[in-house]
Amino acid sequence: MAEQNCLVTNDWICGEYLRSRSQELIDATLQHVGITVASVAIGVAVALPLALLARRFRFLAGPILGVTTVLYSVPSLAMFSLLLPFFGLSVSLVVTGLVLYSLTVLVRNILAGLQAVPEEARDAAKGMGYGPLRLLWEVELPLALPALLAGVRITTVSTVALTTVGAIVDYGGLGTLILDGLDTTFKAQVLTASVLCVLLAVTADLLLLGLQRLLTPWTRAHRTRTSRASRKAAVTKVAEPA
Amino acid sequence: MNAITGAWEWLTTGANWEGEKGVWHRLAEHLYFSGVCLAVACAIALPLALYLGHMGKGGALAVNISNVGRAVPTLALLILLTLTPLGEHGDAPTLIALVLFAVPPLLTNAYLGMREVDRAVVEAARGMGMSGGQLFARVELPLAYPLIMTGIRSAGVQVVATATLAAMAGEGGLGRIITAGFNLQNTPQVVAGAVLVALLALLVEGVLVVAGRLFDPMRR
Repeated sequence: MAEQNCLVTNDWICGEYLRSRSQELIDATLQHVGITVASVAIGVAVALPLALLARRFRFLAGPILGVTTVLYSVPSLAMFSLLLPFFGLSVSLVVTGLVLYSLTVLVRNILAGLQAVPEEARDAAKGMGYGPLRLLWEVELPLALPALLAGVRITTVSTVALTTVGAIVDYGGLGTLILDGLDTTFKAQVLTASVLCVLLAVTADLLLLGLQRLLTPWTRAHRTRTSRASRKAAVTKVAEPA
Repeated sequence: MNAITGAWEWLTTGANWEGEKGVWHRLAEHLYFSGVCLAVACAIALPLALYLGHMGKGGALAVNISNVGRAVPTLALLILLTLTPLGEHGDAPTLIALVLFAVPPLLTNAYLGMREVDRAVVEAARGMGMSGGQLFARVELPLAYPLIMTGIRSAGVQVVATATLAAMAGEGGLGRIITAGFNLQNTPQVVAGAVLVALLALLVEGVLVVAGRLFDPMRR
């Protein structure tokens, strides 16, 4: 039984591991996806009002962007540990930390998207009798959507990677398997979980790209000012928290 | 909030700063790892990025490396390296992982900095008879400087953060105070370690910002 042996000889690639521990892998992946989705969703829900505030009140823009940028440079292990007294060893600790990280990119991108909405489009909508809320919902947000989704893509990919650090409090999804694999020097488990983690990030990115194409068909016809702004916003921050 | 007052007590206890596992020793390890790796990463990435940027080649490479880097979990790579034969050489996995994670921001920012130099300015410099080398040293490099520094700053913060994670893979550095705290279920120590790490990261960011301003060739 060659497959049986790979568990005994502790090979990096092991079919028997996949077969015998598939439930464990599925559970960890589901936890990973759950943490990522919750963090990005809450991140968007928090970042949108912050971006709107920063746009509406100029004097708030500096502090909001400053604080979210400072949060970005706090190492993830420290971030999760600092939240420990408030949340204890819980999944909300991991999600809160990840939300705080997501804000930097999301707020910047949403703000850039909103600021790139052409003044003529805004004026035309106002001329047609749109109130501020309807203007935001039907004109500004759709036009800022490419920048917003570009931010969501960056955030999602780095959140998938960062979730692994949640292993320190046992809520790291695949990261928990990776860390356990280190303790038991179980090579197949570490490699499988790492590869799944990268696959998860790539899949999420492709799905979001598809969603972006679906939601913003007009950006494919010609490059708009919005998409240029979003590219710029995406480019200025290329490093990740670790 | 016992953990917070406890953390303060931990930090103000002199014994926690002394010895092999003390703050000073861990801080020295942390700075040693980070400094060496940032220097090595700069030595690898900057010449390459500046050359590619000057020649206008390899843009896809420079940008894609940073996108790929984003998808690879730092912790996973650290642990994978620790389990390879490299793991028997003590610090090697940490040092390699730190260099690998510092390269993408350096490469991408330096390349983009070179490419975003106004083409009209480059043409004008050529028109004035500047050679490739002169163009590089007197026009492109000074104009690309702000983005190059952004890259170094990102890489520096990245390296300090990754050096913290090295503790989870069993290596030294300030992160060890946090992981040791978790193992002992000593929340005050965890929080104290986290405060130290966060302060160090912010300090490094601040120092690099100031250094960037001081050495700016366009400074008035």
